[in-house]
Amino acid sequence: MTNFERFLDTFFNGKVMLKYLPDILSGMVVTIELAVLIVLSGLAAGLSLALIRSLAIRPLNWLIIFIVDLFRSLPPLVIIVLMYFGLPYAEVSPSGFVSTWLSLAFVLMAFSEEIFWAGITSVHKGQWEAARSTGLSFGQTLMNVVLPQALRLTIPPLTNRTIAITKGTALGTVVAVTEILGEASSAVSNSYNPSPLMMGAAAYLVLFLPVVVLARRLETKFAWKK
Amino acid sequence: MTQQPIVDARAIHKHFGALHVLKGVDLKVAERELVFVIGPSGSGKSTLLRCLNRLEEPSSGSIVVDGIDMLDARTDINHARQRIGMVFQSFNLYPHMTALGNVTLALRKVAGKSRVEADRLGQAALERVGLADRAGHTPGQLSGGQQQRVAIARSIALEPRVMLFDEPTSALDPELVGSVLEVMRSLRESGMTMIVVSHEMGFARNAADRVVFMDDGLIVEQGPPAAIFENPTHERTRAFIGQIQRH
Ligand SMILES: Nc1ncnc2c1ncn2[C@@H]1O[C@H](COP(=O)(O)OP(=O)(O)O)[C@@H](O)[C@H]1O
Ligand SMILES: [Mg+2]
Repeated sequence: MTNFERFLDTFFNGKVMLKYLPDILSGMVVTIELAVLIVLSGLAAGLSLALIRSLAIRPLNWLIIFIVDLFRSLPPLVIIVLMYFGLPYAEVSPSGFVSTWLSLAFVLMAFSEEIFWAGITSVHKGQWEAARSTGLSFGQTLMNVVLPQALRLTIPPLTNRTIAITKGTALGTVVAVTEILGEASSAVSNSYNPSPLMMGAAAYLVLFLPVVVLARRLETKFAWKK
Repeated sequence: MTQQPIVDARAIHKHFGALHVLKGVDLKVAERELVFVIGPSGSGKSTLLRCLNRLEEPSSGSIVVDGIDMLDARTDINHARQRIGMVFQSFNLYPHMTALGNVTLALRKVAGKSRVEADRLGQAALERVGLADRAGHTPGQLSGGQQQRVAIARSIALEPRVMLFDEPTSALDPELVGSVLEVMRSLRESGMTMIVVSHEMGFARNAADRVVFMDDGLIVEQGPPAAIFENPTHERTRAFIGQIQRH
């Protein structure tokens, strides 16, 4: 065997790959489920917090800022571990899947709230005044005039942040979630061969590369044209 | 002024923190009257206009517009504001909507018109400002003068009883000022009650019924344009008029 053949046999071993392909595929399904849940709930929660913040109710805003800063400071892994191993002491025992989902959703909520908020505040005050002067209510102005302009500005930072946080689904392995990385590493220990890791990497590329490319497209499309 | 004034503001005070910006302003405006407000920068002209439709909350005083007590907590302020159009120095058109979209938003959301009806009224309003053929353009595709005329259309589409103009031509290139003044003149001819803050003295001379001079949060002097421009009684008015005429 030449060195190259030995390399192929180790990292791209056909037999091992074939054997563990179904596991990796099922890991992909779990990763996709997690990612979709995190993105939907995290962005919805972040937008809701930003909208509540725009009501300018002082104590509520302090609370929002505190929560947001908390989840922006803690490493996501710490939140996942705390939730999975800590909450049972409070008589709640979320599964690894739920712990990972909620933890990352909270992190995305925190970061996206800041981004949405920055977008809302960057809309010129005159927009509010013009809309309110025609009789539109606060809520109507927010929804019809301010938010459409704010969202446009938030799309580039938001897609970047969303992708970064969604990749954190790999942290779920720590709490026994059978997502791509979890499946791949148990396959590695069972087969004594690193090929499944290569498949895992390929699976992440298949999932995230199109999203990254799409994000780049969106960024160009929504770049603010004056 | 024998009839009931359409705008009746009394003893308006406004503080911004420690800053006393309006120091007891009284302003009555009759129906179909065009009142022109002049005064040095920072004298409180914008704040006064913004108090009239309560974009700014007066610290004290009373404001009645078209029989509605604007400062009464029971007044539906959003409903009241439909009757008071406002045009801003910086146009403030919604950049993500077409000209027609700008004009019809409040028609649909506040006046409760159907989309078809709103479009019809919006198109008619654009026609009145000479921009019927620009309905589908976004603000970015319009000149400053056209944008300001769309902003005027956005207000008049709601059929207000009073229009407030806060330096409507100050942000425009000189060659575009005329088209906006032209629209304001035709509004005036249609009988619109208008309060105009502006430095366009030529317009004031031949369109205003009354000129009000403000300084340091107070109305110092008011009267017909000729009297204020040619024969001001107060030293401060004379100084101000002299200054802007030299420019
Ligand atoms: N929102 C605000 N907060 C604090 N000060 C303000 C605010 N709006 C206006 N002012 C102050 O009130 C004074 C009058 O302003 P303004 O009504 O805009 O004057 P004018 O329109 O005559 O130039 C100025 O000193 C200005 O700085
Ligand atoms: Mg001003």
